[in-house]
Amino acid sequence: MSLILEARDVRHRYGEAVALDGVSLTVPAGGMAALVGESGSGKTTLLRSFNRLVEPESGAVTVGGDDVRAADPIALRRRIGYVPQHGGLLPHWTVLRNVAMVPRLAGSPDPHASAREALERVGLPPATFGARLPRELSGGQRQRAAIARALAARQQVVLLDEPFGALDAISRGEAHEAFARVRAEIGFTALLVTHDLAEAARLADSLVVMRAGRVEQAGTLAQLRRAPATEYVGMLLHRAHAAAAALETA
Amino acid sequence: MKRVLVCVAVGAAFAGPARLVTQGAPQPGAPPPAPAPHPTAATATATATPVVVASKPFGESYLLAELFAQLLESRGIAVERRPGLGATEIAFGALRTNAVDVYPEYTGTGLLAILKDSLTPAMRADARATFAHVSRESAARYGVRWLAPLGFQNGYAIAVRRETAQRLGIRTISDLAAKGTALVGGLTSDFIGRPDGLPGLTRAYGLRLRDVRPLAPAVKYTALAERAVDVIDGYATDGLLSKYDLVALDDDRHFFPPYEAAAVVSPRVASARPDVVAALTLLGDRLDESRMRTLNRRVEVDGEPIPAVAASALRDLGLVPAAGGRADAATHAASPGQGAGEPPEGSAEARADAGRQSFVAFLWARRGETARLALRHLELVAIALLAAALLAIPLGLALERARRGAEWVVGGLGVVQTIPSIALLAFMIPLLGVGVAPALVALWLYALYPIARNTYTGVRDADPEAVEACEAMGATPAQRLLWVRLPLAAPVILAGVRTAAVITVGAATLAAFIGAGGLGDPIVTGLALADSRLVLSGAIPAALLALVVDGALVLVERSVRPAHLRR
Repeated sequence: MSLILEARDVRHRYGEAVALDGVSLTVPAGGMAALVGESGSGKTTLLRSFNRLVEPESGAVTVGGDDVRAADPIALRRRIGYVPQHGGLLPHWTVLRNVAMVPRLAGSPDPHASAREALERVGLPPATFGARLPRELSGGQRQRAAIARALAARQQVVLLDEPFGALDAISRGEAHEAFARVRAEIGFTALLVTHDLAEAARLADSLVVMRAGRVEQAGTLAQLRRAPATEYVGMLLHRAHAAAAALETA
Repeated sequence: MKRVLVCVAVGAAFAGPARLVTQGAPQPGAPPPAPAPHPTAATATATATPVVVASKPFGESYLLAELFAQLLESRGIAVERRPGLGATEIAFGALRTNAVDVYPEYTGTGLLAILKDSLTPAMRADARATFAHVSRESAARYGVRWLAPLGFQNGYAIAVRRETAQRLGIRTISDLAAKGTALVGGLTSDFIGRPDGLPGLTRAYGLRLRDVRPLAPAVKYTALAERAVDVIDGYATDGLLSKYDLVALDDDRHFFPPYEAAAVVSPRVASARPDVVAALTLLGDRLDESRMRTLNRRVEVDGEPIPAVAASALRDLGLVPAAGGRADAATHAASPGQGAGEPPEGSAEARADAGRQSFVAFLWARRGETARLALRHLELVAIALLAAALLAIPLGLALERARRGAEWVVGGLGVVQTIPSIALLAFMIPLLGVGVAPALVALWLYALYPIARNTYTGVRDADPEAVEACEAMGATPAQRLLWVRLPLAAPVILAGVRTAAVITVGAATLAAFIGAGGLGDPIVTGLALADSRLVLSGAIPAALLALVVDGALVLVERSVRPAHLRR
């Protein structure tokens, strides 16, 4: 059971700076889209419009067909999972307590049981990791704990704001696997912000290339490769390909 | 005795007809008079509210206040003592608002420091003209009444060592101006600054000293005796003048205004307590300069307890019965060591032995008194700090929710911090009188800033990503505060409380200036009597108390430290 995400002609500015310049986007129920593009292209602003951390100036944002502006922000956010860049775990709470926060907010009868189950799902056995503080985990483990927390109440929508960007290649690989596994088990709609085209291609069904507050092109990696809509998309694909090729031949 | 009557008549005449009426009947709107129709009735007024007798913080003022208090008690009038009130502004401010009822004051001070009037040639020539002006104007402006002058003047005195006076042939201030250009002055900063002090003296006599150093009252006599300076300012009846064998130079051009001593009474007593006025008037013209100098010497040099000196003076004057030490008994019964109301007798006793004791033995002998004062000190600090935390922590939290005005509010509290404590205490008197209440309010005001500032910045800067993650997951503002901001800010908030506590322990020593007691008591008295041991007997425990309080709060801080900063 999952929900469709939609944005229609969304515009937003921070003071004079245009962050979103008429963006439209659809993520089908159960699907996963990756927003790629350089810093300042508006990816994170668009992501945060879905849980009302940003209130766009105009346009419509809907979750499951309902306009988010009609929803109480607190109730809305409790239905949507969120993984920030550095995990955003409470430093003074144990891992178990951190993960239990989301089911607790969702009104679960036994938040700790849900938390243990979620930790198990991301490969952090609660018996080993539950009593630790976040700083006693590696970077990759912290991000997996954050993913466990986001989904501990079996959320139908998850927003991920570059959660794997700061990890080394091995930790990132493990985190990707953990995430893919959870997604396969629960089946939610997801929106991922990332710099990394390879990560986007690996995890998401479709890619949305953003630049200067606009969508340059949206589609699968194959579609983008076959017919890049703009010079920027072509350049982006070329660079990612060259990097992969360099790794192959080294 | 004849002169007393004349004085009363003159004072009454200047106060106008209303004053004459109030001798027997209250003014409209004034509280009803005490039920004693006859002022000298010994027991009739015993049930009336106690008369608050105050003094300023120097030896002679303590002694005169104790004389007033014992005289009133001998007439069956209940008395509450508040010795050592800060300075003229504080003592007079308290009197004018009926927070205290009587204290000794000097006409020159009344003219220049209270009324801020200038000295006319007529007043310069005639002390009684000054008294008439001051008593008339004080009654008209403040409803305060000057009783008959006590019979001596204690004006400024410019003093040199006897050896200096003889070597240079200096007898008058004119001589000093002519022959003293190689001498160094050690003057109180007050005297250096006020127009009727050094600047005026320089103009009137053309006085030019080689150098002038500002010195605290407590050290200037020692500095003179040790030849660090050659000329000091003092008071004519100062007991220390004779202790150090000093010569007070004659003010041959009558530059200094007359400083006649008198009891000044509050509007309440002036209008409603004829018994008090009558009793105090008995002291009129009874204390001449040589008697006063002797009494001051017994207190300041010989270290006799002030109550004992006062009691013997009253017996010698025939104002209390000589036989059986009745006055002593009355005194001790009436002042059973109750906190701030106690005259500094214990300290004076201790000082009598000071010459024979080591400093450690002196401190040891005072241990009971010190413990009592430290407890009172701690009580002031604890209440002020608790009240400050109760306001400043919620305020800091509220400011974090409304950041637009936050810097202004916190900055405003910071401005309070810059008000000198003594000025802040003086501002409190018209609102709250003297004693514990104004001291607590002043300490509370000082403690607000560090706590509010740390609370605000602590919650504002608490792990932004964790706070945002909570928000994104649907935690309510209250949950974000309780789960993240407060626990993470707790050590910062506690650090603010610690800062406030140390500031408050220090500032509370100044509370003694408005009669709140605490470890400031021996400091104020010691400064007034130039007794550095007494000063240290308050200052050292106060410093230790600051360390102990700080240490205790470190432990509290440790206990609120969030888990991730502990392991």
